[in-house]
Amino acid sequence: MNRDDFPILKDDLIYFDNGATTLKPRRVVDKIVEYYTEYTSNAHRGDYKNSVKVDALYEGVRDKVKDLINAESPKEIVFTKGTTESLNNVVFGFAKNYLHRDDEVLITKSEHASNVLPWQVLEKKIGIKVKYIPLDENHNITEENLEKAITDKTKIVSIAHVTNAMGDVRDIESIGEICKKHNLIFVVDAAQSIGHIQVDVQKANVSFLAFSSHKMLGPTGVGVLYGKKELLEKTEVLEYGGGMNSYFESNGTYELKNIPERFEAGTQNIAGVIGMGEAIDYLREIGLEKIHQHELELKRYAVEKMKQIPNIKIYNENTSSGILIFNIDKVFSQDTAIFLDQFNISVRSGNHCAKILKDEIKVTNTCRISFYLYNTKEEIDKLVEVLNRQDEVYDNIV
Amino acid sequence: MDDKLKRDLILEHYQNPVNRGLVDNEDYIKVNSRNESCVDNIDVMAKIEDGIIIDARFDGEACAICTSATSAMIKTLIGKTKEEAEEIIRNYENMINELPYDKTLLSELNVYDTVYKQPNRKNCALLPFRGMKEILEKSTK
Repeated sequence: MNRDDFPILKDDLIYFDNGATTLKPRRVVDKIVEYYTEYTSNAHRGDYKNSVKVDALYEGVRDKVKDLINAESPKEIVFTKGTTESLNNVVFGFAKNYLHRDDEVLITKSEHASNVLPWQVLEKKIGIKVKYIPLDENHNITEENLEKAITDKTKIVSIAHVTNAMGDVRDIESIGEICKKHNLIFVVDAAQSIGHIQVDVQKANVSFLAFSSHKMLGPTGVGVLYGKKELLEKTEVLEYGGGMNSYFESNGTYELKNIPERFEAGTQNIAGVIGMGEAIDYLREIGLEKIHQHELELKRYAVEKMKQIPNIKIYNENTSSGILIFNIDKVFSQDTAIFLDQFNISVRSGNHCAKILKDEIKVTNTCRISFYLYNTKEEIDKLVEVLNRQDEVYDNIV
Repeated sequence: MDDKLKRDLILEHYQNPVNRGLVDNEDYIKVNSRNESCVDNIDVMAKIEDGIIIDARFDGEACAICTSATSAMIKTLIGKTKEEAEEIIRNYENMINELPYDKTLLSELNVYDTVYKQPNRKNCALLPFRGMKEILEKSTK
């Protein structure tokens, strides 16, 4: 749907790597160009017209994000440079002070590097314990397994809403309910779900939520950290400078601004934030449920067609997101991806930054197809046609 | 060399690589090499005695270009002195990076002389050589 809105699709590109980043609609690009060509100025500073305009637009995006994820207040929305920075803020700004030696953080083996490594570093720094919620045979988190993994030392549960390596969708509402019952901090990495599936932070009792704009049709280099007001108040600021302080004196006294501004030191990615706002408007006009259903329909169609191709193994047939993981038997995933690229089909190969997932699925490298609104069944037909020519995979190796 | 011959040689090394499988032997120096793209991941090990590469082996998970290049490298370097090996590696790297090189030194490794046309494959072709250079450096210490 809406293919005409995406300039890059005018050529015969078949883009199936939306889990890595998404294409940009003309509207979003225009909005960014407009900032640079028509009213460039800094936010929160000047007393002149353009600055006032930028201020209103920039702060307006906070409201758009608040509505997108149903936060209680725009003050709970911090702009960051992406999911990774947001999660690092949670770990080193909040958890580092909140947790004590031997406290336990629960994650899973299918998390992205940015929801594993910061915790592992904190483990080394202050002696917390990172533990893994066991996954069931379909690599899902079950309520039962989560309950079993919780001990009286557990303080935080930190998981992806949708995993980038398997595409399984976690029931964050029921997990949030369990976290509430046990009085746990619930951190959600929404990088793969934002712009695909409706996220409601209040309904799911989410403490912190992280996502990136570029995975939801927006520009790179900008993202969001949502934190419940009382938790953001307890979060240590990791960057100090202009724009985040109320005053500072030569005798060393200073006062920081309120949340969320105190987390946004220095000139922010203003064009990026404004572009992200446009992407949110665009997505909401189409409707997230419609997009989600479209992706599921594409996945069903692709699974059905690909199952008829010899030597194709699909690893996540039953997950309910637009992510499909597969390999051609005895062909290294990267060789498959490069072969598909010869037909202008972009897929991702590798371990998808989930290096410890191999412990679970016993496969280190796979090809990943990730759909979005602009993908079509005709594109899947082309993919199937090429995969049926798998004998040729090495024909153009030199 | 025509493309079909090149392809056949590469696939032969990929499907039946030379000395795949590591040995547990302290006489060998072992290094692990990984690609920035987080896909290829190989261990290379070599036994160097009196300045000569007596044996070399590898294992790991990698694409056809990387796996075959590792195998071809091992086949080419066994029996060479360290200095000869370094010279071969230097010329091979130049070939991949489109710099002047002496093809007469590279024997079978010449099959990779068009890899430069696929920028996403260059690192795959270079990875095992990076590992071998590290081994040669370590053996000097």
